[in-house]
Amino acid sequence: MSEVIVVTSGKGGVGKTTTSANVGTGLARMGKKVCLIDTDIGLRNLDVVMGLENRIVYNLVDVVEGNCRIKQALIRDKRNPSLYLMPSAQTRDKSAVTPEQMIKMITHLREQFDYIILDCPAGIEQGFRNAIAGADRALVVTTPEVSAIRDADRIIGLLEAEEFKQIDLVINRLRTDLVKRGDMMSASDVVDILAVSLIGVVPDDENIVISTNQGEPLVGNGTPAGIAFQNICNRVLGKEVPFADFSKGISFWTRVSGIFHKV
Amino acid sequence: MRHFFRRKSSKEVAKDRLKILLISDRVNCSPEMMEMIKADIAKVISKYMKIDAKSMEIQISKTGSKGGRGMRTPTLYANIPIIDLNQ
Repeated sequence: MSEVIVVTSGKGGVGKTTTSANVGTGLARMGKKVCLIDTDIGLRNLDVVMGLENRIVYNLVDVVEGNCRIKQALIRDKRNPSLYLMPSAQTRDKSAVTPEQMIKMITHLREQFDYIILDCPAGIEQGFRNAIAGADRALVVTTPEVSAIRDADRIIGLLEAEEFKQIDLVINRLRTDLVKRGDMMSASDVVDILAVSLIGVVPDDENIVISTNQGEPLVGNGTPAGIAFQNICNRVLGKEVPFADFSKGISFWTRVSGIFHKV
Repeated sequence: MRHFFRRKSSKEVAKDRLKILLISDRVNCSPEMMEMIKADIAKVISKYMKIDAKSMEIQISKTGSKGGRGMRTPTLYANIPIIDLNQ
């Protein structure tokens, strides 16, 4: 049975695309057949984060408009044979696709994939409506900042109104040094406020910048963020993974990433 | 040193601001309106007993239904300290 997950946040720049790329890659590495869909029409990014920007021929709008078959638009990942990307159109805008068309396309994709991951655009307008239309569950990404949390709350409200069965929270870019100092909300502070189940905490990690530069998701590669995304993938699959204690400070992580930098 | 201990950390400030902000966001009800509701409740209760209107608190939270946040049943909570019951 396939599952359709929308990755959303409300606010821009909190890590939706990074989360989509890493969760998709992680699930594919665990043997699942995964389709990533970039639903941000006009501002596509998932292709560059995945390092697949040179392979795009057709896109999501071509599929819904019937210019090509679904299969022609799907790009196979460089490293993971069970991972595919459906890129979005760069030269069109959100109104090129309707929620009904999205549902129709996803219904077809469900037959071929175990997981379909939709990277949602920022905002709560048509792009958001398109992205959530065909989804079963949601990953809401936020950072421990007032603006991102406020937007996440709004999004969660909208998802609940759409009767989403499962809404899980990803807290991204947590800085343990600031939390320790009392200058950043901790993961439990954020969960307290949003009252939604937590599926992962991703520490602020410079390796994300490096991985995006290279177009290679870092899930599972031993970096702090890589480990965190791997844990999220396991939890998506329903496995119990204990949460790392980020309140203890960064010394351990700094040491770990220090080793990797030397190598 | 005492000054240092008394100061609220910026995290606490953020949390407090968010809590108030989200209440009005969730119910689509402005903080001004909440203040007006609070004043009116205080006025009514004051007819029957002496209350501490300054430290009373009201908030709209959403408990009651089974789904995690229970968005569908908002409830108005009022916390009104009574100074004298037999007024």
